[in-house]
Amino acid sequence: MHLKLDGLACRRGGRVVFRDVSFTVEPGQAALVRGPNGVGKSTLLRVLAGLIPPLSGAIRYNGMDIAADPGALQENAAYSGHLDAIKPALTVRQNLDVWAGIFATGANRVDAALAFFGLDQIAERPAVQCSAGQKRRLGLARLMIMDRPLWLLDEPTVSLDTASADLVAELIKDHCDGGGAAMIATHIDLALPAGPVLEMTLSGRAHSPIEDVTDNDAFLDGNWA
Amino acid sequence: MTPLLRLIRRDVALALRLGSGGGIGVAFFVLTVILVPLGVGSETGTLSRIGAGILWIAALLAALLSLDRLFQADFEDGSLDQLMLAPMPLEQVVLAKALAHWLTTGLPMTLIAPILGVTLALPPAALPVLTLSLAIGTPALSLIGAVGAAITVGVRRGGLLLSILVLPLYIPTLVFGARATQAALFDLDPAPALALTGVITLIAAAITPFAAAAALRINAR
Repeated sequence: MHLKLDGLACRRGGRVVFRDVSFTVEPGQAALVRGPNGVGKSTLLRVLAGLIPPLSGAIRYNGMDIAADPGALQENAAYSGHLDAIKPALTVRQNLDVWAGIFATGANRVDAALAFFGLDQIAERPAVQCSAGQKRRLGLARLMIMDRPLWLLDEPTVSLDTASADLVAELIKDHCDGGGAAMIATHIDLALPAGPVLEMTLSGRAHSPIEDVTDNDAFLDGNWA
Repeated sequence: MTPLLRLIRRDVALALRLGSGGGIGVAFFVLTVILVPLGVGSETGTLSRIGAGILWIAALLAALLSLDRLFQADFEDGSLDQLMLAPMPLEQVVLAKALAHWLTTGLPMTLIAPILGVTLALPPAALPVLTLSLAIGTPALSLIGAVGAAITVGVRRGGLLLSILVLPLYIPTLVFGARATQAALFDLDPAPALALTGVITLIAAAITPFAAAAALRINAR
């Protein structure tokens, strides 16, 4: 698990969100992505999850340029964004069971994940009755059953109390100790071992928006995949 | 259970929950068909002539009713992002969701259609053909609809736009599906019309997963 970003740029809605992002994450590292609101932290994590194609630059996973094989990174990444991917109609346990089935990782991890986040008491309750913090914990519990080496976490501690935030830090630490790696966009200080920090700044992307719209739009170029 | 079957099972389970649209589509189908004799009168000659067409049009509209939530629910709660990272191609995800949609709308409508055919005074000899035409044709409604649902996934109140996008694409299925039953009604061979209905379903199965997956990828950006 070795991730290298080289001069990465991304455009959304005809506007360059960030450019010239170069960064390296080694196995066992928990890397932080920092910067003010709107600087492109979430977009960067979505690019790495393969949900948005980069405008330019290269992403190398284990030395391989993923432009040649987008699946190589996507099949090894777990993404946790602002949304928890929870079905209110299902129970807490069913929500995790479904993801364990879809990610084909075996249901035996579900109990451990529920217990770790203190959700075992409410496992049979419909998720619609969960509080915001409980939903967030349930969303993060999915990371434990997905079995992916690279975690991409976008503000994982939003709506969590301090005890739960410490749990998240512990989870990330365990993951990194096991040879995995994580990239975490966060505004708070998590109790994590020291890792590389990517500081993103607003000045890094100033550019004429009109020029950006006209040149080389992936969709207009027929790059629909 | 493979990831594909797990996803189909999840979608069927969610569609059967109250207010998720699965059962509502079928109820809408039944009510629409029952309204017709009340509106046009119960003269059996008129009813049996228009019966097949009415059943097919009602099936199109009922299928549309729950299509707008096909991807939108997953898009809004973040599940779609996770499905894109799942260890199966997005085209397979589309196919699974379209199949789940058919299992909760097209299949029950097909099974209930012979009973409704009787209320529309269709002769018993035409009922097997009617059922067969719906069984062959309704999967195309879910598949073609999936493309419209994928295109409008990020649009607020996208259901209206979806209807306008998708209904014209339903025309071939409607024409051949209804024609099969009409043929049986007049003692003609329904096989050609049934075969053409099947052709459309097969073409839809071959093309629509790719089209819908491309639309979803663009909308996820």
